[in-house]
Amino acid sequence: MSVRVALHSPRGSRSFLERGLLLLVMLIFLEGTVLTLGAASSPDISAQDNTGGGDDQRGIEGRHGHANYTKKAFPVLSLDYRHIHVPFEISLWVLLASLMKLGFHLIPRLSSIVPESCLLIVVGLLVGGLIKLAGEEVPPVLDSNLFFLCLLPPIILDAGYFLPIRPFMENIGTILMFAVVGTLWNAFFVGGLLYAVCQIEGTYLSQVELLPCLLFGSIISAVDPVAVLAVFEEIHINELLHILVFGESLLNDAVTVVLYHLFEEYSDAGEVTPMDVVLGVICFLIVSLGGIAVGTIYGILAAFTSRFTSHTRVIEPLFVFVYSYMAYLSAEMFHLSGIMALIACGAVMRPYVEANISHKSHTTVKYFLKMWSSVSETLIFIFLGVATVAGPHAWNWTFVSVTVILCLVSRVIGVVGLTFIINKFRIVKLTTKDQFIVAYGGLRGAIAFSLGYLLDKDLFPMRTMFLTAIITEIFFTVFVQGMTIKPLVDLLAVKKKQEAKRSINEEIHTQFLDHLLTGIEDICGHYGHHHWKDKLNRFNKKYIKKCLIAGERYKEPQLIAFYHKMEFKQAIELVESGGGVKLPSAMPSQVSMQNIQPKKLPPAVAERALPQFTKGREEEIRKILRSNLQKTRQRLRSYNRHTLVADPFEDGWNDFILKKQRMIELEKKMSNYLTVPAAPPDSPTMCRARLASDPNAFYNIKASSDGVPTIQVDLASPQSPDSVNMLNEFSKRGATDQGLGQREGADRDEDQGLMMKPSSAGIEEKGEEGGGNKNPGLMRCLSDPGPSNEDEEDEPFLP
Amino acid sequence: MGSTNSTLSRIPNVEELMQETGFTPAHIVRLYDRFEALDKEKTGHLRPQDFGAINRLAMNPIGDRIIGSFFSTGQETVDFHSFVRILAHFRPADKNRPKDPSMPQPVNSRTSKLKFAFQLYDQDKDGKISRAELLQVLRSMLEMQVTEEQLESIADRTIQEADLDKDDAISFEEFRKSLEKVNIDHKMSIRFLR
Repeated sequence: MSVRVALHSPRGSRSFLERGLLLLVMLIFLEGTVLTLGAASSPDISAQDNTGGGDDQRGIEGRHGHANYTKKAFPVLSLDYRHIHVPFEISLWVLLASLMKLGFHLIPRLSSIVPESCLLIVVGLLVGGLIKLAGEEVPPVLDSNLFFLCLLPPIILDAGYFLPIRPFMENIGTILMFAVVGTLWNAFFVGGLLYAVCQIEGTYLSQVELLPCLLFGSIISAVDPVAVLAVFEEIHINELLHILVFGESLLNDAVTVVLYHLFEEYSDAGEVTPMDVVLGVICFLIVSLGGIAVGTIYGILAAFTSRFTSHTRVIEPLFVFVYSYMAYLSAEMFHLSGIMALIACGAVMRPYVEANISHKSHTTVKYFLKMWSSVSETLIFIFLGVATVAGPHAWNWTFVSVTVILCLVSRVIGVVGLTFIINKFRIVKLTTKDQFIVAYGGLRGAIAFSLGYLLDKDLFPMRTMFLTAIITEIFFTVFVQGMTIKPLVDLLAVKKKQEAKRSINEEIHTQFLDHLLTGIEDICGHYGHHHWKDKLNRFNKKYIKKCLIAGERYKEPQLIAFYHKMEFKQAIELVESGGGVKLPSAMPSQVSMQNIQPKKLPPAVAERALPQFTKGREEEIRKILRSNLQKTRQRLRSYNRHTLVADPFEDGWNDFILKKQRMIELEKKMSNYLTVPAAPPDSPTMCRARLASDPNAFYNIKASSDGVPTIQVDLASPQSPDSVNMLNEFSKRGATDQGLGQREGADRDEDQGLMMKPSSAGIEEKGEEGGGNKNPGLMRCLSDPGPSNEDEEDEPFLP
Repeated sequence: MGSTNSTLSRIPNVEELMQETGFTPAHIVRLYDRFEALDKEKTGHLRPQDFGAINRLAMNPIGDRIIGSFFSTGQETVDFHSFVRILAHFRPADKNRPKDPSMPQPVNSRTSKLKFAFQLYDQDKDGKISRAELLQVLRSMLEMQVTEEQLESIADRTIQEADLDKDDAISFEEFRKSLEKVNIDHKMSIRFLR
């Protein structure tokens, strides 16, 4: 009894947390022991089996063969670990990884100081230590096959699928420079100087040749996407830097692959001729372009396949995953860059697949990707820890310390030098702070380790020394750089994501200027950089989309883009109005829309509304909408609100609304600059705007007028007693000071009312959510590798 | 080069034009070629219809405003000089220009670019962007069926944000101030590469 009371008391809640932690720790130890037991028992059991001790399986023969056979009692319960030990252990590892992830988030203080990756490595060390203590051989968990074929692809696919195309393309030159030239520079600098150091007498390293050194340099110089992702996710750097470092980490794979194979091949021969260098360059081009080509082909295949999946929605996500994985494997088959293939596949297929698949499939894809990549990443770090404990080590102070120092130095020099050159061509220059972050954020990770692990023991006798050095470097970057980057960022006050605000004026005017510039370029007949994008977009729209997107949906992305635009405007308008739209739970309301609606509507309207739920009308309505969209160029004054708003009353529209929710989460970014004073509470525009979303008011119009563009709201209408109340509510609420945070407890009426007009109301709500949840929502967005972080608006291919 | 010179010689007052706008002879020739291509009837002047023939311009939400900006009030045609003068606004700014406040701003300075853009908003040329004018622009840009109320709210919001002297309109100074963080040179320059 008292225990239960204690649980419920507020103090008890903290002890509950501690209990949870205790439980977690116990579970971990349990797992560790089971794993060791598993490792221990399997050889035993298999040994048993081999000695021919007949069990039930072999029973029959054995029985006859034995002279003195005694009948055993039928085993009611038996333990057969050997049978399942492989999947069981895999599951245990995955479970361990997931529990760890859970655990870290239960301890907020810890996760703010130490990045998750460090903690995971420590856990790996612990588990590895446990296994070793148990006297068992640590399983070679970071085996290259396992790593490259199972652990790495989910992370890369996740990155590629949600790659923000626009910033990536805008900075592609810079990224390529860093990836290619930077990596080359790093590799040769580190390799060469290491060789020089090795030649110094007294280090006992003179047997290390030049080529192995260069090979080592190329392995260690590659920035690792996994580590970068893991750390950068927590420091909320601005988009430009994030995409620079991350893009670099992805694209340097091609360079690494080529260098690795080149040096590996020729380290036997002992020297590299200029011919080999030329071949190497050609190989690089083939590797990178080939990888991209393979990825693109598979991406297009996936997009094409998804066009026909309208009847089998359940397996839609599967196509995304399988095609991507096959792209990766195919590229690896030809020794092309699998990472680039995966990125290309994901990026190419995304716009088309998203237009084709159902919303639920889209959610599934998104969450599966996030889940797999999250687990993969966790596992990788844990395995790094385990492999550290396991692997044979050959510690050499000179080699290791020189490596670490050289890596840092070469990175800094490389970044500074390259930036100097790049800044001549960039519009938005990279400042010193940016350079520092790019240099400091070049973390090494498990890819380097796996590549080192792949080395042939015979060809490279110093392999263990290399591995030790690689691990040390990884530890150094992940622990030291990973932990200190956040305070350094704060210290340098690097422009963070939150501060990239634009005012409404800027938004509007810059769009205006874009149009202006495009127009002037058209007049001049000159191809500015806007033109190519437009051209590509148009080509995309005209031809590609028709092929790859099912039915007539290829026009719909415009709609999405439109909604995005509208929501953006709504979001601004909303917060500032301090007005009454409450925080959404747009989802449940909409789902229950059908339930609530018939009850609350005036009966006349209810009759009209209900038939529209049939799917039959969906096509009709869509057609009307499409034709309206095509008329946009004629400065559509005769905009008919009915046709647009009539849509929400049908089933399939929910999908769209729900899809828009994703986009709204984008608006959370906007919410940062919404530090604007609330509008005068009773501004007639605002009231009209609010009332415009009042369903009852809307129904007034539907009943009385016909297609009048501006909605005249009749407050005194008998049909809408609620509208008056709502007006009062709005004025009341508008009068509150902090329009931002105070929107609680609006009634459900309003809620479902607003659902009636999701085109603006639903959006208002969601925009509101963005505004109201400003900080927590944003922090959640940014720290959680959840959907909102990577969501991109469904804009044309190159927005 | 010979053709350049011969083309140049066909243009009256070309020296003065180059001086005024800062275009190189190569640019001038290129623009002249374009001018002639647009001027299908070879009248030596462009009319609004000639601009309208540019397809992509027709799809531009503010296309007609841009076209209108070429024609000064009352005029129905634009000759080559005016054509070039307007386009000179979009030349990339000279980085090494000494900042001499007494000299008038060259036509492609940041201020002049902004002034040009401002004039596109301010159709009645009263030096302010009124709410109605802003609404017109918004309406044309947000071509995809935003409701009137939403447009008005946006317009209100925009004015409220930028309007410092509370006259419910955006003056040029306020306009300029609201865009101070934007790299206008980048946004309003065409890199004329030959």
